[in-house]
Amino acid sequence: MSGPRAEEPAVTGSATGPVLEVKDLHVQIATRRGVVHAVDGVSIEVPRGEAVGLVGESGSGKSMTLRAILGVLPGEAKITSGQVLLDGTDLVPLPSSSLNRIRGPKLAMIFQEPMSALNPVMRVGWQIAEGPMVHLGFSRAKAAERAVELMRRVGIPDPERRFRAFPHEFSGGMRQRVMIAIALACDPEVILCDEPTTALDVTIQDQILRLLARLCRESGVSLVFVTHDLPVVAQLCQHLAVMYGGQIVERGPVHDVFARPQHPYTLGLLRSAPDVEEIRDSLVPIPGSPPSLISPPSGCRFHPRCQFAEDDCQTTVPPLRLLAGGRATACLHHERCDEVLEAEGATR
Amino acid sequence: MSEPVMPEKGVGEVGGLPPAEAVASDAPVPLADFVAVKGAGEVGGDAPPGPLLVATGVSVGFPVMSPIAARIRHEERILRAVDGVDLTIERGEALALVGESGSGKSTLARALTGLVPLDSGEVKLDGKALGKRRSKADQRRVQMVFQDPYSSLNPRLTVAGILHELLNVHRVVPRSEVAAFSKELIGLVGLTEDALPAYPRQFSGGQRQRVAIARALALRPELLVADEPVSALDVSVQATILNLLQELRSTLGLTLLLISHNLAVVRHLCDRVAVMYLGRIIEVAPTAELYANPAHPYTRGLLAAIPRMTPMSEDAPAVIGDPPSPLRIPSGCRFRTRCPIAQDICAREDPALTTAPGSTGHQAACHFAFGPVPPAAPDTDPDAESATPAPAAGSS
Repeated sequence: MSGPRAEEPAVTGSATGPVLEVKDLHVQIATRRGVVHAVDGVSIEVPRGEAVGLVGESGSGKSMTLRAILGVLPGEAKITSGQVLLDGTDLVPLPSSSLNRIRGPKLAMIFQEPMSALNPVMRVGWQIAEGPMVHLGFSRAKAAERAVELMRRVGIPDPERRFRAFPHEFSGGMRQRVMIAIALACDPEVILCDEPTTALDVTIQDQILRLLARLCRESGVSLVFVTHDLPVVAQLCQHLAVMYGGQIVERGPVHDVFARPQHPYTLGLLRSAPDVEEIRDSLVPIPGSPPSLISPPSGCRFHPRCQFAEDDCQTTVPPLRLLAGGRATACLHHERCDEVLEAEGATR
Repeated sequence: MSEPVMPEKGVGEVGGLPPAEAVASDAPVPLADFVAVKGAGEVGGDAPPGPLLVATGVSVGFPVMSPIAARIRHEERILRAVDGVDLTIERGEALALVGESGSGKSTLARALTGLVPLDSGEVKLDGKALGKRRSKADQRRVQMVFQDPYSSLNPRLTVAGILHELLNVHRVVPRSEVAAFSKELIGLVGLTEDALPAYPRQFSGGQRQRVAIARALALRPELLVADEPVSALDVSVQATILNLLQELRSTLGLTLLLISHNLAVVRHLCDRVAVMYLGRIIEVAPTAELYANPAHPYTRGLLAAIPRMTPMSEDAPAVIGDPPSPLRIPSGCRFRTRCPIAQDICAREDPALTTAPGSTGHQAACHFAFGPVPPAAPDTDPDAESATPAPAAGSS
């Protein structure tokens, strides 16, 4: 139905080209109340060895995008158009048998709730060893050895003994380390992370983020990191894509976007979250609530909540326009953000 | 569907009970008076000056073995979620309780609200000790807002039903004014009258939390306990609830106890912060003081662990390892298994909460809190209790 978003050329040019490229992806969910356009023309590029943060409120389509990349969409959700190019191969038309050969050695995923993602009746060591045995043809002994080495690498103390433990014997942070070890087991090129630290305490979140950053540096794996927590993205990622109503509304290098947001939604997100470093008199919430994805607002989907909205925002669907510095915004009046920032006289 | 459908008139039936508590002090109060009454802090009669709530030596434990297993093994294992906590809440202040999950902050909040019984210790409200079973009048004075507005509201009652039931049971206002008072309450939390005939499922998370706050305010509490009121909400909605809490504080003169793991939220909203670790309060200080000069190594780690808007350094994590199990609390200082500056004395002696010299209101429970900090060199006592497997990612 809606495909107003034209293809944009590469935003971030890496020497070897992006390892993962999502092009104009559409995911729809058929419900009794109508078709939900959960992901509506999303394009992302993931450069080799770098981390891309995907940020948005619940219902913005960020998790659905991630699941579509891996081909594990729930129930009625279907990819209706678009491409997911991994090393130039489109994953969308592939049958699940071929996808199974890619999930693990090339693409891996870390889920938010490790307890529900791990097998509760299988020793964690064997859960880690399973991938290398299935995909890399390792013998049991060799795979077990690799599992112990991986457990050590992700910071699980006493890995030889903990190999034989069950998930329930681990704390939340340790379970997430097990998930990371499973994801790393077959040396994937891209790891998709679906809010991996949201369920954890700050201290443990800090440990896991540092671990992921170190693994990224060491092994050159790329990350797609979905979260609603902006500072987490600032810590870990080089690139940022902000999603709203199933679409990407802004993207660019993380710190440029945070310093000078070019979309009122990004600006709103930054203004509404309390920051430890900076105490503001009052937080500025974004008025209204997220749009219905069955019958989204006309024109720009953010216009009913937007402080800059003008008449044309209701009629014109803003394309994701390229700006200088590898950035892009889907706002017709993005200059207004600069005006606000200047008026505040505080550019972070 | 298996449950019997609760008739909406249920609300009215409850009112059939004999008036248990005196209604005397609760004359019909329109909003203006509502505010005035709160501001003057007169709800409990002539309130003495001094702190609103004083908790001394509060302990709460939960048996973790089945009673049969306990009898067979001749032992009873108690998980001491809160272990001898002293806490003072001044009238009109906003106090934050922060800590990791399992630190006992929610249990302490529930104990202060009267939702879990105390094993030992005492809670005094306005100098009056609250008994094991609180009278309705005392229950009213401390009210709570829960974390998850999706599960804390009765799905079978409309908003009006929820409020009417409460107002009738507690006889906050005469029957004839219940409807009008409900409207005021719902306006107070920024919803319109249209909300009254609606069911919780018809609201978004933020709106539900507003209803939950209205419900807590309905009894005109003096102390509002908010247990992670925004952590189940979306970022853009969190701000509206935080602003609402702040607004209510200034208009109603409410005293607020905010439980949170989010130190950014706390810094924004609270006057004073108490940090909990494994059932104890390990540091209390005015907010600005705590963020500027954290005295306890755990507080320092907690602050350092907050994600900033700047890129992450390649340092080791701020706090290593997981918190030990509350069933196997380390000897001496509870934090020593994860502490970067732990010394011999820390394994032997449990540090008491001491007040900083020259500063009022900054207390910390660390042997080295306000003195010179020993070098961070690893001590000869490498994690005696294996409850915490120590260095993790930072080891390489």
